[in-house]
Amino acid sequence: MEFNLNAPIKDNSLEKLNIGDRVYLNGVIYTARDSAHKRLIDALDEGRDMPFEIAGSVIYYVGPTPARPGKVIGSAGPTTSYRMDKYAPRLLDLGLKGMIGKGNRSDDVISSIVKNKAVYFAATGGVGALISKCIVKSEVIAFEELGPEAIRRLEVKNFPAIVVIDTFGKNLYEEGIQKYRIA
Amino acid sequence: MRSLSVEIIEDAVRKMVMDANYNAPEDVKKAFDIALEKEESEVAKKIFLEFKENHKLASEEKLGICQDTGLAVIFLFLGQDVHLVDGDIYEAINRGVEKGYTEGYLRKSTCDPFTRKNLGTNTPAIVHIKFIPGDKVKIVVMPKGGGAENMSALKMFAPSAGLEGAMDFVVETVRKAGPNPCPPTIIGVGIGGNFERVAFLAKRALLRPIGSKNPDERLGSIESELFERINKLGIGAMGLGGRVTSLAVHVELEPCHIASFPVAVNIECNAHRHKSIEL
Repeated sequence: MEFNLNAPIKDNSLEKLNIGDRVYLNGVIYTARDSAHKRLIDALDEGRDMPFEIAGSVIYYVGPTPARPGKVIGSAGPTTSYRMDKYAPRLLDLGLKGMIGKGNRSDDVISSIVKNKAVYFAATGGVGALISKCIVKSEVIAFEELGPEAIRRLEVKNFPAIVVIDTFGKNLYEEGIQKYRIA
Repeated sequence: MRSLSVEIIEDAVRKMVMDANYNAPEDVKKAFDIALEKEESEVAKKIFLEFKENHKLASEEKLGICQDTGLAVIFLFLGQDVHLVDGDIYEAINRGVEKGYTEGYLRKSTCDPFTRKNLGTNTPAIVHIKFIPGDKVKIVVMPKGGGAENMSALKMFAPSAGLEGAMDFVVETVRKAGPNPCPPTIIGVGIGGNFERVAFLAKRALLRPIGSKNPDERLGSIESELFERINKLGIGAMGLGGRVTSLAVHVELEPCHIASFPVAVNIECNAHRHKSIEL
């Protein structure tokens, strides 16, 4: 099925989603990948403020190419998610509602997704130019010195994603591959 | 003896890193068209259409096909009758990479391994120089993303593992990688040599055009069998299930030590970017 979803997510709208559903995200999401995640967790450990409200938020695992003059952003497709697995459960416990990336997640992350009624979405890897067209505004809000890994606040319009792990912990990668595997 | 200024090579590299990152090569485009015909999954078909649309857009707007514009892997086939002048060839290549990535609005991805501080230059490039007869210089630029590179593997087998052990290792490496390396992938396999050589062979195997036949009959049949086994895994485009998991499997082989049987698998993502010129 197809759904439009507004971000941040402040209601139970994720609970109707099932693996394989195509979702178009509208609203505000935040970018964070490897180094930004480490910094977020360091900040939590040291009792410092988060650069954005984690509760209800959607994090997009991306490190875009620089924007050309007059453009919002450069190429901006998803990076591989497992590298954030070490950090994700902590953020999910704080109310993180959605993660957009690509590739497998750990059992710990999947358990935390179920526990916190969150969703893991995949965007298509390797189509960064195409995805950039769904980003209407981009602003670095933290860790500017990290360059492509800085945290950006993105305003997105009809950003396409597929539900890969739903609030029940079902996993599209397992089911999809099972269907086409030839033993 | 022909004199060639390294500045000419620098400028060629500068242009090539941009060109490679914006313009999908013909072998990949053709492979996507073939894959679209073979694919049965509607989800995967839609992804192939996205890939094609993305190629067009990247080229038109001079945007990276992928935001991971890669480490700059550069093969220099250097004619032995060429005298390089005007400075250090490695420095010239790195200047070309830094200029190209800066002017081209490409992402710079090199960092300190411990502090993870981005160096802001996308250098050093990974440079492989090979001498060849004659007085020409051939340059191949292959920006290589981190996601697929991370799923690559190398194993120093005992010779008793045999061909079967090597093939199982290749298939298992691709299976375990699943959706992570942005399939459909291209699989470079190195067999033989030693520890560092086998990794290089796997990398170099990626340079052969998709759809080309291995000139060695024995390796050709190994490639066919691996290709078939890998595409039975069902991983499909972006790992969401499908018939097309890899677009090609390329195998390179060299002799090895009587004690050793090195095997390396270098995985390349669907955004297989490469560009070559001859000077």
